[in-house]
Amino acid sequence: MITKRIIPCLDVRDGRVVKGVNFGGIRDVSSPVELAKYYSDSGADELVFYDITASAEGRGLFTDILTSVASQIFIPLTVGGGINTLEDFDRVLKCGADKVSVNSGAIRDPSLIGRAARRYGDQCVVISADVKRVNGVFTVFARGGRDNTGLEAIEWLRRCTGEGAGEVVLNSIDTDGVRRGFDIEMLRAVSDAVSVPVIASGGAGSVQDFVTLFKTLPRVDAGLAASILHFGDTTVADIKKALRDEGITVRLSYPKRAAPFLDKGETCGKNL
Amino acid sequence: MTGIIDYGVGNLFSLRSSLAAIGEECVVSGDAREIRSADRLILPGVGAFEDAAKKLRDTGLFDLVIEEARAGKPLMGICLGMQLLFEKSLEYGEHAGLGLIPGTVVPIAEYIAPDLKIPHIGWNALSFRHGSPIYSGVPEGSHVYFVHSYHASGCDGFITAVTEYGGTLTASVQRENVVGCQFHPEKSGPVGLAILRNFTKM
Repeated sequence: MITKRIIPCLDVRDGRVVKGVNFGGIRDVSSPVELAKYYSDSGADELVFYDITASAEGRGLFTDILTSVASQIFIPLTVGGGINTLEDFDRVLKCGADKVSVNSGAIRDPSLIGRAARRYGDQCVVISADVKRVNGVFTVFARGGRDNTGLEAIEWLRRCTGEGAGEVVLNSIDTDGVRRGFDIEMLRAVSDAVSVPVIASGGAGSVQDFVTLFKTLPRVDAGLAASILHFGDTTVADIKKALRDEGITVRLSYPKRAAPFLDKGETCGKNL
Repeated sequence: MTGIIDYGVGNLFSLRSSLAAIGEECVVSGDAREIRSADRLILPGVGAFEDAAKKLRDTGLFDLVIEEARAGKPLMGICLGMQLLFEKSLEYGEHAGLGLIPGTVVPIAEYIAPDLKIPHIGWNALSFRHGSPIYSGVPEGSHVYFVHSYHASGCDGFITAVTEYGGTLTASVQRENVVGCQFHPEKSGPVGLAILRNFTKM
């Protein structure tokens, strides 16, 4: 049977992995390539890289990193951040990405999803949505959670998957970085509404949160994790062991390796 | 030296990098002379069958691949490249493949439970059938990465591994020097690299 996937998410800015809390207070964690290698060796099923750089210079650093990661790591790589055109798809696919995650770019131009799906296949196009409750309505936000688009999330994601998006990453702004568990209510609404794989994001704070996620919502395919992994609080292997003990199918065989971690909040290594 | 057949379909970056990682020299090429001089060939592919078969024909590589395979050169088809090895596909109509392995590519929807998601995306376990050198040293139950909505049927005598997804799907096939993997060995971590390494020793 197909396994539930555990996917470390690396937010990269100016060549460094960072992780925000509620999208603010960004802290530097580690070198992207080292971290990516470590996760791959310790059993990550896939990696997501979000480019949160604003400058063109930073964008160049990002594609260099991506190329370096993709030439050393042989699990699926998803790339997001700053994807607005088919040229952006092309740019990251040429650097070794397998899937491309679109967020604000699809909100600005909803035809992007259909055009990309036709050119690269549905499996290549991931719709990522930052969603927050506004007066009790699941509402899509753009530009890293800054702009309220007024779009209702379920309808938006149905539309995107109808256009050809092959996977959905649902990031709950309400639970992101808070580390008190995934947004079960929001995830349930979305996984009931779409027929493509749904990847839960935002809120993982303990191994138990992953167990709860897959036990409560068996139709959710994968869980994304950032801070919980980057700071060494737990490992992909621990999460998978806990899932296996609860009878949830996971991929377990991989070599062990020591973590290249830092103390919380510190930086290490040099920019690549 | 492994030749990765470049006919304008799919992203060859990972395949090239994974061969480099196992120390195998490779050339990515659509050039007949380079393809002929390679010791073994990999036929990659993602997307739609009809479009890929057409591109293979348009680039003049369709007959060359058949010729090389019939001459005994090891050939590995990956994902859509594996599906192209068969006689035909029923993806959006009926389209002829290379015909190197008997069988038909059909929608997995007919084989799996109705509530399961299509495509079959993610890591799934291999159950071995007929023996194949590509699985030398690979433990039964190893997980590999799949992304597909169609699979090969009517090829029972050539199936080397299957995977379970609410039904039994063809994961890999082999007919003498021609092998096909429905999954992506270049995306399947250390297990995938071991499979590629085994292929380079065929």
